[in-house]
Amino acid sequence: MLEESVLKERFGDTIAMSEFRDNRRVSVSAELAYGLLEYLKLHCAFDFLVDVTAVDYLEYEDATDRFGVIYCLLNTHAGERLIVKTYVNDPNPTLKSVYELWRGSDWMEREVFDMFGITFSGHPDLRRILSPDEFSAHPLRKDYPLKGRGERHNFPVITRAES
Amino acid sequence: MPLQVADTLAPDAPDKEYLWTLNFGPQHPATHTTLRLVLTLDGEKVVNAIPHIGYLHSGFEKLGEHLDFNQYVTIVDRMNYLSPLANEIAWHHAVEKLLGIELTPRCKYIRTIFGELLRIQDHLLNVGTSALDLGAFTAFLYCFTQREKIYDIIELASGQRFHSSYTRVGGVMFDVNDLWVRKVRDFIEGLPKTHDEVHRLLTRNRIFIDRIKGVGVLSKEDAINYSVSGPVARASGVVRDLRKDEPYLSYEDFDFKVVCSQNGDCYARYLVRMGEIMESLKIIRQALDNIPTGPINVDVDSRVVLPAKPAVYRSIEGLIQHFEVMMPNRGYSAPKDEVYAAVEAPNGELGFYLVSDGTNRAYRARTRPPSFIHFAVFPHMIKGHMLSDVVAVLGSLNIIAAELDR
Repeated sequence: MLEESVLKERFGDTIAMSEFRDNRRVSVSAELAYGLLEYLKLHCAFDFLVDVTAVDYLEYEDATDRFGVIYCLLNTHAGERLIVKTYVNDPNPTLKSVYELWRGSDWMEREVFDMFGITFSGHPDLRRILSPDEFSAHPLRKDYPLKGRGERHNFPVITRAES
Repeated sequence: MPLQVADTLAPDAPDKEYLWTLNFGPQHPATHTTLRLVLTLDGEKVVNAIPHIGYLHSGFEKLGEHLDFNQYVTIVDRMNYLSPLANEIAWHHAVEKLLGIELTPRCKYIRTIFGELLRIQDHLLNVGTSALDLGAFTAFLYCFTQREKIYDIIELASGQRFHSSYTRVGGVMFDVNDLWVRKVRDFIEGLPKTHDEVHRLLTRNRIFIDRIKGVGVLSKEDAINYSVSGPVARASGVVRDLRKDEPYLSYEDFDFKVVCSQNGDCYARYLVRMGEIMESLKIIRQALDNIPTGPINVDVDSRVVLPAKPAVYRSIEGLIQHFEVMMPNRGYSAPKDEVYAAVEAPNGELGFYLVSDGTNRAYRARTRPPSFIHFAVFPHMIKGHMLSDVVAVLGSLNIIAAELDR
């Protein structure tokens, strides 16, 4: 069982732990996030990356930062879960990729980049994954409207004569 | 030197001219709906496979920010459309965890039975279609006949065969009655015969074994590193099943085994799924014998459930409670916090990361889609195999494009 004291001893005041409905969460700043994740993988046996996702806090009351990036981790031996949260801001939100730690982050980080515009440095192939390659906006941001900005109507159509 | 992505995007580089690119396009009967693979082949051997997805991207997660907790269940239905109710159970499991609602025992049993019926439905389809892709048509038809019976069971409970939108926050749409219990019992009496027939058609079939044994091997370390879960991971030796490790609903009351294998090839995944069908039957049988009586939805004082119609029409409290839940600017008062909750869907660990800002809709509803994560392992698994193995491996991974793209 991961003891809160172990993490507090190692990382001190740079992390904040909380608990809600049997989820244990650790908040950390963006610069120290990779260090914490690496420590959790290598020394606390969190060998399974469940999910990497992001939240846009633009319309959230009492939000301090624009984006939150969430890593859900799992220790397959002990069956223990932990959620690590970091925060990044506009302009140019960027984090260090955890591709080297968990290969499963490959496509998860690509989706976060596609949907939110958060770049991951060190990711081998950070392309858009769900939206077309020519798409320029980041759809899951709160300032992007639900019905889009007319990309569907302006999609380049190749007629039989041109192809 | 290993092929980089840039190389295959420009395949006419001078030293790679002997390789040719094959587009296993979005429109193909064997790709199980719209996903695209750009294969780089050396003769018949796959040197690299680059998946391109997003053909079915419908913005489900964006919709989650605009729809109510009960309205979004219609969207979640349409994610893993082989087993829609399993997705609904996962979604409402997450919502109820956020809201802190404890279900009634009867509801837990009914949802468990549905979860296992849908697991059987998903595995039957997957076994059938992966056999169909390899040419075995009869097994496919036998599996689908049984799936029709499951559709009838779901229709009896919720009125819709397929995208049932059956679960609600704090309970389900309508209660089930004895006719439903009889229908489920008839189904589970009839399934072992079909399971045996499919088993006799495929499991020791020389052609089937030659096509899929030793193909698409995923080692245990790779399975964990690539975040694979569900039958695919269990076939590689990762002994993890959320029904046993983090029991939810009423799985603690039942006695069942977790089917695992150590080989990690397509044949192992097929055997794990066939075994899981029989284990699900055991769970359903035990659950049917012991369904608790009592209310199906949580008490109306929790303010998440609609009161009974006689109370709405005849008492002022019932009317007020009805409006409090139904009106758009009222509804659920969720705590302003974030939660992650997962269930063991037939395809793997289906989880939802819910962020709530206190209103009656999610601020962010993220789906942790097993198909998306499994498809990312595909290029790793297919390297060095033949072109015909692409179809076998794709079938065994159970990639569903709607969950892949959302």
